[in-house]
Amino acid sequence: MKPRASTVTPVKPTSISPVVKLDEVSKTFGETRALNRVSVTIHPGEFVAVIGRSGAGKTTLLRCLSRATVASEGRIRFGEQDLAALAGRSLRQHRARIGMIFQQFNLVRRLEVMDNVLIGRLPHVKGWRRWATLARRFPAADRAAAHRALDHVGLLARAWQRSDTLSGGEQQRVAIAKILAQEPAVILGDEPVASLDVANGAMVMETLRRVALEAGVTVITTLHHVDYARRYADRVLGFRQGALVFDGVPAALDDGALEAIFGDLAPVAAPADAPLSAPALALA
Amino acid sequence: MSTTAYAASAARVAPVAPSRASHTGRNLAAVLSLAVLLSLAARVIELRPLELVRDFGNIGVFLRGYLHPSFAHLGEYAWQCAVTVCIALWGTVLAALISIPLGLLGARNIAPHPLVYLAARRIMDLLRAVNEFVFALMFVTAVGLGPFAGMLALGIHTGGVLGKLLSETVEAIDPGQVEGVAATGATRLHVIAFGVIPQVVPNFLSYVLLRFESDIRSASVIGMVGGGGIGFYLWDTIRSFNDREAATVILLIVAMVMAVDVVSSRIRRATI
Repeated sequence: MKPRASTVTPVKPTSISPVVKLDEVSKTFGETRALNRVSVTIHPGEFVAVIGRSGAGKTTLLRCLSRATVASEGRIRFGEQDLAALAGRSLRQHRARIGMIFQQFNLVRRLEVMDNVLIGRLPHVKGWRRWATLARRFPAADRAAAHRALDHVGLLARAWQRSDTLSGGEQQRVAIAKILAQEPAVILGDEPVASLDVANGAMVMETLRRVALEAGVTVITTLHHVDYARRYADRVLGFRQGALVFDGVPAALDDGALEAIFGDLAPVAAPADAPLSAPALALA
Repeated sequence: MSTTAYAASAARVAPVAPSRASHTGRNLAAVLSLAVLLSLAARVIELRPLELVRDFGNIGVFLRGYLHPSFAHLGEYAWQCAVTVCIALWGTVLAALISIPLGLLGARNIAPHPLVYLAARRIMDLLRAVNEFVFALMFVTAVGLGPFAGMLALGIHTGGVLGKLLSETVEAIDPGQVEGVAATGATRLHVIAFGVIPQVVPNFLSYVLLRFESDIRSASVIGMVGGGGIGFYLWDTIRSFNDREAATVILLIVAMVMAVDVVSSRIRRATI
């Protein structure tokens, strides 16, 4: 049986993740408020699912955290670091500490699987060896780290295949191996399973859950499917029109909570251990 | 069920789409103005097709010479063909080297600054706008007569062409793959090496080979302005009405261009 998400936040004493603290954060695009005075504190090692309808502000939240964009008002801090102050080198260092997982996997399709995993090692290579990496030559220690990461997601046998020969689910697991090799402090997921079928989606979510738990790394990911959030998250943040309208354990996601997040489009509330049902998936 | 329902609907009166606007007047005006433009241009270039028929005898005189090519200087001409291939080869290599920085800096999605982008674009426009023959005349005064001047002229001009093609290839790449590299905190140089280069390599190689085929044709005539290779002999034999020698040179050029095209297109197919 699959390891069920614990409803108790598994704060590992060894966690390398910082406390992520949002303080009255707003993001406006012209007249629209994509994020509206969001305050939340995410503890090291938490697996946080962000849910809500399209345009609810989920992606804007992720882009603010990865510093792809800057919050219009309020403050976001990773530990002591205020994200608004990042620029140039410090911004690249922030990105190196964040592992991004994308809906479309975003692997370099013509490169071999191993090269894609080694891309995660780029920020770790220092000194003159950085120049050698331009020709895809990596130090032995980094190559070993990439091998371990690829083995961890069960795809070591595919190391020398071109990435675009892999299935979608396999590509997303390579992307997870890449951020494993990157050794990030926080993993951000942007709909990591929305392009995958149910079986592959479950496999990717389980891989993500397992590696995050073992490394004690915080995961903040948007999820279309409420059932995935129920199954794998420690904590669910529900957004509606830019505002945080739900913050709690998955078990607290009852009909009322879903109504508050999704309005008329609320998926049918299912018990947390029910199989992923087709109607719920179709709605999500 | 649905088939019969559709058949039943076909039995009723067909729905009518809104009437289509007529373009007859516009098309007629376009054809007329094109006809006026062409007839004016014919006057300018003194287009007199009848003279071609009337003076057909003169062509016959030339043809008689061309039908009996002379093989007296075949060895020299063959060597000059080899020189021509070498000019095109190094010209294309120089062009590829020039085009890589220009093409990357001249791509909107890679350029570090809009001004750099504009500067790279204008330089490429300049290189493409000036014909390789004009460059050859300039380089002949700089480095003297010979293949080196011809190779420099070809390389500079083709560098602009390949740079433009490369920049457009770079602008059409999948931004997701670039984002996947940039998201790890990689520097700009690493983002280009891992996220951009792998995506553009197949197209770029194909363009380089295509331009090599075109450079062979240019190199075979660049000797006319002192750029070395078989072109000088083409110029010399035609100008001196040495028809039998000219015929040999032209035959050799045709054979060379065809051979290079065959080899190059085979390589092109193998690399894609």
